[in-house]
Amino acid sequence: MSQPLVTIDDLHVDFPGRNGWQPAVRGVSLNLGREKLAIVGESGSGKSVTGRALMRLLPPAARVRAAALRFDGIDVLNAPERRMRDLRGGRIGLILQDPKYALNPVMTAGQQIAEALRAHQRIGRREAAERAITLLEQVQIRDPGRVARAYPHELSGGMGQRVMIAMMLAPGPDLLIADEPTSALDASVQAEILRLLDELVEQRGMALILISHDLPLVSRFCDKVVVMVGGRVVEQLAARDLAQASHPYTRGLLDCLPSLTHPRARLPVLTRDPAWFA
Amino acid sequence: MITAEALHVRFGAVHAVRGVSLRVDPGESFGLVGESGSGKSTVLRALAGLTPVSEGRLVIDGQDLARGRDRAFFRKVQMVFQDPYGSLHPRQTIDRILAEPLLVHGLPEARIARALEEVALSPALRYRFPHQLSGGQRQRVAIARALIADPSVLLLDEPTSALDVSVQAEVLNLLADIRAARQLTFILVSHNLPVVAHLCGRIAVMQGGQIVETLDEASLRAGIASHPHTRELIALSRDLEGA
Repeated sequence: MSQPLVTIDDLHVDFPGRNGWQPAVRGVSLNLGREKLAIVGESGSGKSVTGRALMRLLPPAARVRAAALRFDGIDVLNAPERRMRDLRGGRIGLILQDPKYALNPVMTAGQQIAEALRAHQRIGRREAAERAITLLEQVQIRDPGRVARAYPHELSGGMGQRVMIAMMLAPGPDLLIADEPTSALDASVQAEILRLLDELVEQRGMALILISHDLPLVSRFCDKVVVMVGGRVVEQLAARDLAQASHPYTRGLLDCLPSLTHPRARLPVLTRDPAWFA
Repeated sequence: MITAEALHVRFGAVHAVRGVSLRVDPGESFGLVGESGSGKSTVLRALAGLTPVSEGRLVIDGQDLARGRDRAFFRKVQMVFQDPYGSLHPRQTIDRILAEPLLVHGLPEARIARALEEVALSPALRYRFPHQLSGGQRQRVAIARALIADPSVLLLDEPTSALDVSVQAEVLNLLADIRAARQLTFILVSHNLPVVAHLCGRIAVMQGGQIVETLDEASLRAGIASHPHTRELIALSRDLEGA
């Protein structure tokens, strides 16, 4: 492929604050082909806002500027709203942190998946319902018929997240943006969900942007890692080279985790350089 | 210091805790690990008196909790919750939040400044509201509130799992320092094995409302476990560490 799937060049996002514009993203540039990219950073680093900007899902009050913001050749900054509606959900899927809030509480899992299908494809009600069951099978749900009839509150967190993934996969998107997809889940379920995402993305040849604050976890599932702090990208590297990360912030994030196999009396604390935020 | 004997907790038809017995010595730091629904938080809440006990005996510092909890109990035993935003009153200033336990126990308000200092919070934050603080600062306020009446037992329910990893390191260091300085007894509930191993000397693994195994920190780190569920949790943690 000659041109990348996603091109972000010098993206700036500001929100109106009490004292004028408050920058959230300050000059982020990155390219993405059909690969798995992790955007890692702490709360307020601008990682989620970057993902949302690509889908034009930011509140109208936000000011978004970029030299280029393109998805598969489409100019996301200037595309008409109709075009964006086809992109959102249709070609770019978004998986959010907590299925408890992201799923519609008064629709069954099956209905929601079928709705996603019918929003983007011309298919009948019955066929959509059948395809919803097939999709639930693909996200490795053992009893897809029962889950399809269940309401979100009847599902566990891991199960809800599988439903969310099935729904996002339904229209066959080219890119999946997963924003902290496992932070609300148990450690064992976390690994299962990430492995599932990994497999599905591989099988379907999709691109994945995984947004997370857990650097070691995501680096195991992605090809490339982008580290953000204070609205800027401070380091971009191949996931396998993570141990050789050079930026003090990346090093700090890796060092401050308690380890099961390498005990330490005190955890090193990340010292934040004011220059990162200036 | 803390003893539970054959503790059972039922919520309607759900039997959440099924015969848990444990003993924690004074000054010990004890960890409870397990997945969601294993009953680990319910044990903690039963100790704090937030959940009624269906069966069994709980004794803290020689006091049988079946006879109720007096004011001295609530001075002795304090709890820190997972989500600091949910556990702080949104319309009260930090000053008001920290004054509450002092009012209840008839202690001088001069302790507020000292408590803020102990958790390394700037005095400038004293008259702010919780929403004006960062997640790490809020958890420090929750810890300050727990410490302000000089407890001897701290019950910690996933105190760092809602925080960024760098902030988690700061809060874990703070908890370790406070425990050393005040000779506190800790019970820490978490699903994160490295966090529990970092703070606790002895760890109980829960599954399906029961303790399936109790082991010390060294065995946990070395992977010397006899129960398959413990081995599973250890393998998963190691896998994620890339060890």
